[in-house]
Amino acid sequence: MSPATILIVLLILTLVSFGLGRSRSLSLAHADQGRKSLHSLPGYYGTLTALWCAIPALVILGLWLAFQTDIITHLVIPDLPAEIQNLPESRLNLVINNLHNEVAGNTFGDPDPSLKPAIDHYIQLQQTSRLALAVVIIVLAMLGGALTWRSISPALRARNHVENILKLLLILCSSIAILTTIGIVLSVLFEAIRFFQAVPVTDFLFGLKWSPQTAIRADQVGSSSSFGAVPMFVGTLLISFIAMLVAVPIGLMSAIYLSEYANRKFRSVVKPLLEILAGVPTVVYGFFAALTVAPLIRDSGGLLGLSVSSESALAAGLVMGIMIIPFVSSLSDDVINAVPQSMRDGSYGLGATQSETIRLVVLRAALPGIVGGVLLAVSRAIGETMIVVMAAGLAANLTANPLESVTTVTVQIVTLLVGDQEFNSTKTLAAFALGLVLFVVTLSLNVIALYVVRKYREQYE
Amino acid sequence: MTDTHKLPVDMPASKFPASAKDIVQAGLSRRYAAEKRFRIYGIISVALGLLFLVVLLASIISKGLPAFTYTHVQLPITYDASVIDPEGTRDLDALSGANYAALVKSSLRELFPQVSDRSELRRLYALISSGADFTLRNRVLEDPGLIGAQEMLWLPVDDDVDSFLQMADLYAEAGSSGRLTQEQVDWLRQLEESDKLESQFNSTFFTSSDSREPEQAGIRGALVGSALTLLVTLLLSFPIGVAAAVYLEEFAPRNRWTDLIEVNINNLAAVPSIIFGLLGLAVFINFFGLPRSAPLVGGLVLSLMTLPTIIIASRAALKSVPPSIREGALGIGASKMQTVTHHVLPLAMPGMMTGTIIGMAQALGESAPLLMIGMVAFIVEVPSGIFDSATVLPVQIFLWADSPERAFVARTSAAIMVLLAFLVLMNGLAVMLRKRFEKRW
Repeated sequence: MSPATILIVLLILTLVSFGLGRSRSLSLAHADQGRKSLHSLPGYYGTLTALWCAIPALVILGLWLAFQTDIITHLVIPDLPAEIQNLPESRLNLVINNLHNEVAGNTFGDPDPSLKPAIDHYIQLQQTSRLALAVVIIVLAMLGGALTWRSISPALRARNHVENILKLLLILCSSIAILTTIGIVLSVLFEAIRFFQAVPVTDFLFGLKWSPQTAIRADQVGSSSSFGAVPMFVGTLLISFIAMLVAVPIGLMSAIYLSEYANRKFRSVVKPLLEILAGVPTVVYGFFAALTVAPLIRDSGGLLGLSVSSESALAAGLVMGIMIIPFVSSLSDDVINAVPQSMRDGSYGLGATQSETIRLVVLRAALPGIVGGVLLAVSRAIGETMIVVMAAGLAANLTANPLESVTTVTVQIVTLLVGDQEFNSTKTLAAFALGLVLFVVTLSLNVIALYVVRKYREQYE
Repeated sequence: MTDTHKLPVDMPASKFPASAKDIVQAGLSRRYAAEKRFRIYGIISVALGLLFLVVLLASIISKGLPAFTYTHVQLPITYDASVIDPEGTRDLDALSGANYAALVKSSLRELFPQVSDRSELRRLYALISSGADFTLRNRVLEDPGLIGAQEMLWLPVDDDVDSFLQMADLYAEAGSSGRLTQEQVDWLRQLEESDKLESQFNSTFFTSSDSREPEQAGIRGALVGSALTLLVTLLLSFPIGVAAAVYLEEFAPRNRWTDLIEVNINNLAAVPSIIFGLLGLAVFINFFGLPRSAPLVGGLVLSLMTLPTIIIASRAALKSVPPSIREGALGIGASKMQTVTHHVLPLAMPGMMTGTIIGMAQALGESAPLLMIGMVAFIVEVPSGIFDSATVLPVQIFLWADSPERAFVARTSAAIMVLLAFLVLMNGLAVMLRKRFEKRW
């Protein structure tokens, strides 16, 4: 039975147990008082039976499916020829991959005869596992349902039980946020630690040369790969800095204009229009940067006699800045609006003009909030991927010249991981180390920004 | 507002010493100029923002519009039985394997009898798309009765020819013929004069999947992939997001654990999307062994990404339900859980759905994490399930943007237009939902 069939059977069993539980509670109710003698509404008895029928079975089903492949593979390895078993782990993984493909029928031609016994054993184990799974699930579902059904009595506090189970489910759902964070940290950290076993942390963080190519033969050109990440950090910072130069003045000034000067009608038209910029997918910005802005900058640079790379940091940074404008503008808008009107009135009362009030009173009062917003925007710029993948270069130049091509952390992660790669090479692990750096940096920026913003809000509430 | 800051100036002179008044007067014109400048900076910023929007959209639309039409050429096609079905068996395998290109070629030779040289002929044949064979094959497979008959058929031209014709004026100005030879251009002129060339709606773009040939490339596979991925995302993130929001807003005691969850949600909302891709690669693909490139994994990653958005929006929706509703329900004897499920949730549902649609729109435009889990493969087949290899619309855009063929630029822009149209649709739906069901208590 395939997992889908099992699920359908389980659904039917659950529905049946709902009906059985409900009717049992009704039949147990005292004849003279009717359903009033029950502690809970009959539906709750049914739901309780159904929940006990479905939940344990679903949990086992999930675990079984998650670990089935690993366990079967483990059982099959002894069937492989001895010389394959003695291969190093990475080569063994390749053979096991082949094995999986053969079993799934994804290959052409006849399989390697030495793999034959393993494949047959695998298929046999797979069939046994499926059968066993179906039996276990159905028995478990029926058992759960039957036990609950037996325990139904008018005094059973079915509603409270159901509500407790529901509440537990709600707690589980809300804990997924924590699980995700833990998942991110663990997945990035483990691979990064493996990378740092091969490459010292200091070489990675302070090295000036980045060329992740590992040669196959020792005498090949560029055989010594080096993993110094400084050029990428510089490139990332350069592009983010350009982006901020575009986004912060434009975003802040338009927020000021829209919230302090513009009338309601103008604001209600222009604000949503500016927010469209935030809704445009980043891949669209990337395309725009690579095909419209970069050639434009290159050509205009050529007119001025400058040599501009066609993948200049300027193009990527400029477009990234455009993307971030609405982000800065809406965050600043919020904090500017949170400044109490009385402070403005006080300033006007002293004879200040409107712009003086804004510059000397409103902006100063809103400064912490604006700084928090800008920090969030910086973290966004650092983590932005598609624009730089499409418009920035791959070569890790250590330069601060915005007209040259630089590369960023995110670009390197993408180039190192896209395409078929063995999972254990230093190259792939380097991507996770970069991911760790990216995660730590953006996380600390976010934490600081959120802290600053919250502190600021408390001040005026 | 303009009156406020004139006040000190208009005050009776006796209250101020003359010198102070003079100082203020002397600085006034400078201060008013500064005021004006500041205002102009604001207007310039807003105008720049709008200008960027207009330039972005205009550049995409002007590049993408040509891809929605495609030049077709009308050819008299003779379904020669000796080519298609020499044995007369009408066997489907034989019919689908026949040499349909020969039919197109013979028709071209009839139209241009003066062309006889081998290399000239090759250039003549190159005018027609290599996908024309499939059009003929499909027609014959649909109706084998056509064999032996003759009909006039509109067939797509080659992508170089199409880009040449779309920009014929530009090429004429530059005095060049692009990637075509002069004789090819002459043949095209002849066809044009006899009204055999026509720009038709490019239905291939919507009905076929990715291809190395621009004229045969379409977005259907990517659209289906996006739909499947979004379906998985919706099925996971909506229930989980709503449940989490309900717990945090209605049940959670204020303690360390709840604080931790809240901090986590806020931080996850700002974690770069590519990190979620790394998570998907390490956990779902390498640890759980789920298939690469599958909409299932894409959906899992995207739902983790959209969860914070949905949770935050849902909590706002729950907060906007007034406490009197809860008190009323509790007052007539409902339990806490009944209060929430029977009264609060239905009232908060429109707001939650609005948040969910916005989250889905975000997920639809996302591509970076999907690159990590291998949804960048070149996939010709339309995926039929969540375990098949698939790609999504934004990733298709990314792939096409990298292609060297000129015609792919138009295809890419057109795909972007389709993507933007979907996003506008979804956001419009969200706005409508909010307007229609928003309650002011």
